Amino acid sequence: MAGIFEKMDTMSEDIAKIQEERKKKEQELASLTDVVYDTDLYGGGNRFEGYELSIPVNEDDEDQQDAGEREVARRMASFTAPKSAMSEIPRVGGPDASVDDGGFKKPSKIIDREDEYRQRRLSRVLSPPRHDPFAKPDATPDVSTRTYSEIMREQAMNRQKEEIQKEIAAKKKKDEEEKGGNAASVAEPTAQAATAQKRRNRWDQSQEQQEPKKAKTSSSSDWDVPDSTPGIGRWDATPTPGRVAADATPSVRRNRWDETPTPGRLMDSDATPAAGGVTPGATPAGMTWDATPKLPGMATPTPKRQRSRWDETPATMGGATPMPGATPSGATPSAAYTPGVTPVGGMDLATPTPGAINLRGPLTPEQYNLLRWEKDIEERNRPLTDEELDAMFPQEGYKILEPPASYVPIRTPARKLLATPTPLGTPLYAIPEENRGQQFDVPKEAPGGLPFMKPEDYQYFGALLNEDDEEELSPEEQKERKIMKLLLKVKNGTPPQRKTALRQLTDKAREFGAGPLFNRILPLLMQPTLEDQERHLLVKVIDRVLYKLDELVRPFVHKILVVIEPLLIDEDYYARVEGREIISNLSKAAGLATMIAAMRPDIDNIDEYVRNTTARAFSVVASALGIPALLPFLKAVCQSKKSWQARHTGIKIVQQIAILMGCAVLPHLRSLVEIIENGLTDENQKVRTITALSLAALAEAAAPYGIESFDSVLKPLWKGIRSHRGKVLAAFLKSIGFIIPLMDAEYASYYTKEVVFVLIREFQSPDEEMKKIVLKVVKQCVSTEGVEADYIRSDILPEFFKNFWVRRMALDRRNYRQLVETTVEIANKVGVADIVGRIVEDLKDESEPYRRMVMETIEKVVANLGASDIDARLEELLIDGILYAFQEQTSDDANVMLNGFGAVVNALGQRVKPYLPQICGTIKWRLNNKSAKVRQQAADLISRIAVVMKQCHEEQLMGHLGVVLYEYLGEEYPEVLGSILGALKSIVNVIGMTKMTPPIKDLLPRLTPILKNRHEKVQENCIDLVGRIADRGAEFVPAREWMRICFELLEMLKAHKKGIRRATVNTFGYIAKAIGPQDVLATLLNNLKVQERQNRVCTTVAIAIVAETCSPFTVLPALMNEYRVPELNVQNGVLKSLSFLFEYIGEMGKDYIYAVTPLLEDALMDRDLVHRQTAASAVKHMALGVAGLGCEDALIHLLNYVWPNIFETSPHVINAVMEAIEGMRVALGPAAVLNYCLQGLFHPARKVREVYWKIYNSLYIGAQDALVAAYPVLEDEGNNIFSRPELTMFV
Amino acid sequence: MQASDRFNINSQLEHLQAKYVGTGHADLNRFEWAVNIHRDSYASFVGHYPMLAYFAIAENESIGRERYNFMQKMLLPCGLPPEREDD
Repeated sequence: MAGIFEKMDTMSEDIAKIQEERKKKEQELASLTDVVYDTDLYGGGNRFEGYELSIPVNEDDEDQQDAGEREVARRMASFTAPKSAMSEIPRVGGPDASVDDGGFKKPSKIIDREDEYRQRRLSRVLSPPRHDPFAKPDATPDVSTRTYSEIMREQAMNRQKEEIQKEIAAKKKKDEEEKGGNAASVAEPTAQAATAQKRRNRWDQSQEQQEPKKAKTSSSSDWDVPDSTPGIGRWDATPTPGRVAADATPSVRRNRWDETPTPGRLMDSDATPAAGGVTPGATPAGMTWDATPKLPGMATPTPKRQRSRWDETPATMGGATPMPGATPSGATPSAAYTPGVTPVGGMDLATPTPGAINLRGPLTPEQYNLLRWEKDIEERNRPLTDEELDAMFPQEGYKILEPPASYVPIRTPARKLLATPTPLGTPLYAIPEENRGQQFDVPKEAPGGLPFMKPEDYQYFGALLNEDDEEELSPEEQKERKIMKLLLKVKNGTPPQRKTALRQLTDKAREFGAGPLFNRILPLLMQPTLEDQERHLLVKVIDRVLYKLDELVRPFVHKILVVIEPLLIDEDYYARVEGREIISNLSKAAGLATMIAAMRPDIDNIDEYVRNTTARAFSVVASALGIPALLPFLKAVCQSKKSWQARHTGIKIVQQIAILMGCAVLPHLRSLVEIIENGLTDENQKVRTITALSLAALAEAAAPYGIESFDSVLKPLWKGIRSHRGKVLAAFLKSIGFIIPLMDAEYASYYTKEVVFVLIREFQSPDEEMKKIVLKVVKQCVSTEGVEADYIRSDILPEFFKNFWVRRMALDRRNYRQLVETTVEIANKVGVADIVGRIVEDLKDESEPYRRMVMETIEKVVANLGASDIDARLEELLIDGILYAFQEQTSDDANVMLNGFGAVVNALGQRVKPYLPQICGTIKWRLNNKSAKVRQQAADLISRIAVVMKQCHEEQLMGHLGVVLYEYLGEEYPEVLGSILGALKSIVNVIGMTKMTPPIKDLLPRLTPILKNRHEKVQENCIDLVGRIADRGAEFVPAREWMRICFELLEMLKAHKKGIRRATVNTFGYIAKAIGPQDVLATLLNNLKVQERQNRVCTTVAIAIVAETCSPFTVLPALMNEYRVPELNVQNGVLKSLSFLFEYIGEMGKDYIYAVTPLLEDALMDRDLVHRQTAASAVKHMALGVAGLGCEDALIHLLNYVWPNIFETSPHVINAVMEAIEGMRVALGPAAVLNYCLQGLFHPARKVREVYWKIYNSLYIGAQDALVAAYPVLEDEGNNIFSRPELTMFV
Repeated sequence: MQASDRFNINSQLEHLQAKYVGTGHADLNRFEWAVNIHRDSYASFVGHYPMLAYFAIAENESIGRERYNFMQKMLLPCGLPPEREDD
């Protein structure tokens, strides 16, 4: 074995040698290239830079790293850690972060993390602008806008529709029951037809947005209810039976493209599938329907056929209207693909070309690909034409046969649906006619410096790619274009682009007008592929333009709400905050009346999602405009007789207000409670539930005040808990749980007793939600003052422990936490012994999660209340149990066992003494364990209990542990090594340097090599330990060893963690104190030559600290001597050290000011900016330190050198100079500085005046009063008296 | 001014200074500055009781009268502003 290692060593030495030689040669080569090429022009550096210099032996290792890992590896080459830990390290983004995503999480689509409920936002409709009655009160509303009454009518209609739906469903169900299985087949198509209707609604809506003219011709009120046939939307609140079967396709994100013309429609129009059948996402459901082969006769187009919207060309395509005959006739199959019969029309064909499709609906990249692929396949699989066959086969030797008379080609409608009629039917390749305006399927360079466009952006920004002549466009179109450009820049541009675009949008908001702006922005926000960052930016745009548009925003309030409301229930906290901010600004801009008018119809919307988000939005409005303004409205809504939904939403608004505003509801508490109190006795169960929950929220927000406001609801609540069951009961209990803590002691105890028997009954409830609420209520009740400990002990505890302290509770994270919290709260009332006594046996339970829960509870209880309650017997049980649980743990990521152990031992204090040998035995045994985690825990445990061991006078035992730990310093797992060092540190701390075993002189040399370890935890613990030894026990170690450590410490200055760097710098101070500053200083001064800035800065700090600990005179000579080194970094380092030095030594500086003045003189005259900057900051610290100590002469001298720098423009330099002058103001007095100032206050050059006034102003603000005596004497001038005669008075 | 300068402390400093009455700027004229000086002076006299006492002795007036006088003088300490030359 050893032989092999030796061999490998020599081999690696050889390799190293060869590599070194090669490097040398390359350097020679590089120097040659330097001579030949101009590095500025050709790019300097090594021309081998991009190449691999050696081939790795073990290729797998290299390849398995992904880009991210490699990135980490590069940045953190000096750190060692398990791979899993490395991949979790948050990467700090450098300047190239945007390129490699180094520092940020990869951009994520919002939709990917949304659940189904949240995705319902996509099904909401951006309604057309609404009439603003405030703008022109008398004017009749514009036809294109909708008025409040129209919307309300429509809402009512929807509700009616819903009710009829329900009735139909109910009836159907009844029929089904009667007919049995027969009914199922009937229900399906009908339901399907109904869905189709609904879907068409959505179709129509987008269609009509594109063609507002058409909308006008029909009655404007029912713009999205084209026919009164009831339809069930997928998104309707209550799923109706029978729909399930039809709805078999999962309703994950769908958009219009999923919606094939469904059979329902085909059947009633009796038409062939339209030519536009290139739908990429033809749903499987549609396919199965269409797949039934039909007789070709059926497929002939009937002229009467209603114009299907599928045939319509998007408006942007140039007005090619579909022709009824535009469908390929199925009669003669061969003819269908010959140019003659195929609808002629070239590119303007009715078939939406991919580019055209883009304009009609959102097209995700996947769909886009599918489309391309499909087109390709169709092209290849199309039947061969006669010409093609002629071309393929030789002319001779073949005979063309007539097809048999009975031959009928099979053309399934489904197939035809998918068949792309080839444009112009050319079978061979034809040079496509170039249409520069419509190359949307090729992602091409966006013109005019616009940022890159993603495929899904084309439908919104596609128009920008048309290189139309700007001049030809109408002013309106130009404006649209401008807005689009700016939005695209905001959405996809670089930060500077984004910034200017955002500013332009803001500045020109009123010029653009609300309509064009929002019509562009809002659909973007509805884009299904939106990413977080993009949404953030767009929301920001809205926020800015809102501010500018102010009341112009009114017609668009609802539209904005539709896109912003979903933010309120986003899982991302910042999105929620952003949403609130927008809605709050919106309500300030639009005013309460408009907000109410916009949201009122949504309050009793049939969709629960809409109601929920509206309630949240309303609460934001309340917080923005004040609760009192909203009270009358809320009152009306909560008492609505028309629909329970309105009442439900109204009460929910109150709940949300309470949650959002917290204690700010207090002034209006009574009115809020009064508004909702009737809900407790509502006939609808949901209303009762939400009322109870709202009361809970109000009580929670108001705590601990406001019980008098709840007087009126106490009775119904307490009555309610006797009469209700299930969910309602849970809600009632919750509100009681929050109201009881508001009561004073007497009432609280009375009402608690009233509620407890229900609680105890519900202890057994199998319902998880109920369990959580019961636990919460118990917690609230027992923490209330009036509830007596004895009562809890006798009435609650037995049942509580019986029902809740079971293994199952430990399995669910939320139950677990709730139970621990409640138990701790009970313990606060009944004391430690009761609780711990009941659960201590469970420490030996066989389920580990359960043991952990027990341990956590014990830890919290003991930490809160101490262990004085615990008697000898319990103490024994406890320690026994803890030892068992500690030893039996298999996985403990949260350190529950460790913390519990530590807490109990620390609480017991000296009482632990008898158990310590046993504990230490366990620790020793576990330190030797195979598993790293176990070793680490054992070491961590030592650091937790070291203090207690000292209290128990177990120094010998600690010494022994010290030796054991010392032996384990060879540990290879850095996490464990860090813990071992931490344990050693805690032992050293308590038993002191002299008594430490192993002796310090043995320990420290062992630590020196560990300082090389680059693991953060190891570094931190090691430097702490070394620093401690340097501070307290430096004399035990020879100076040579300390010097060695100094060199190692320099490396530590590179550490990422500030704590490590600080500890290192302090350690330099201790070491310098111990072995004298000379050697340490020499090391540090040498380190000023390094390139790395952080390293140099830390070195300068270390020099300053050494100077502080060892008196400046020991350091200054060498430091000043170092300034003579003609190297920028070194000189700056010296100056920086001086700056820190004078900052640290304060008034001690008066002895050294004359010594350093010549050096500073030189630095302040240096050509290098940084010299002057650093010198100025040194002067500042010096001046502030010696103020009032009689060094004015030197300071004035220095001020003369600082002053000429006042015209510097570099921000850091000018800052330093200004601060130096401020320092001078303090040290020399304002009068002296004012005299410097006066020369330039009225200088003919404005630039000069500006600077001088700036200085004057800071002088004035700093010492206004003191300047009075120093102002110059001004001559009177005409009528104006400028002199100050009072100052000449003399007694 | 560069874009980066707009947001650094220096621009804020000037903004901050401008919030205080009595600070100046490059377009301040002799009269305005003198008014500031006078007001500051009177405010200082009124604020320091020993100064008031000193002036009271010198002018043989009561301290309260002196204070009142100073306060009154703060209104138009240098007389009416001179006509602007440019308009």
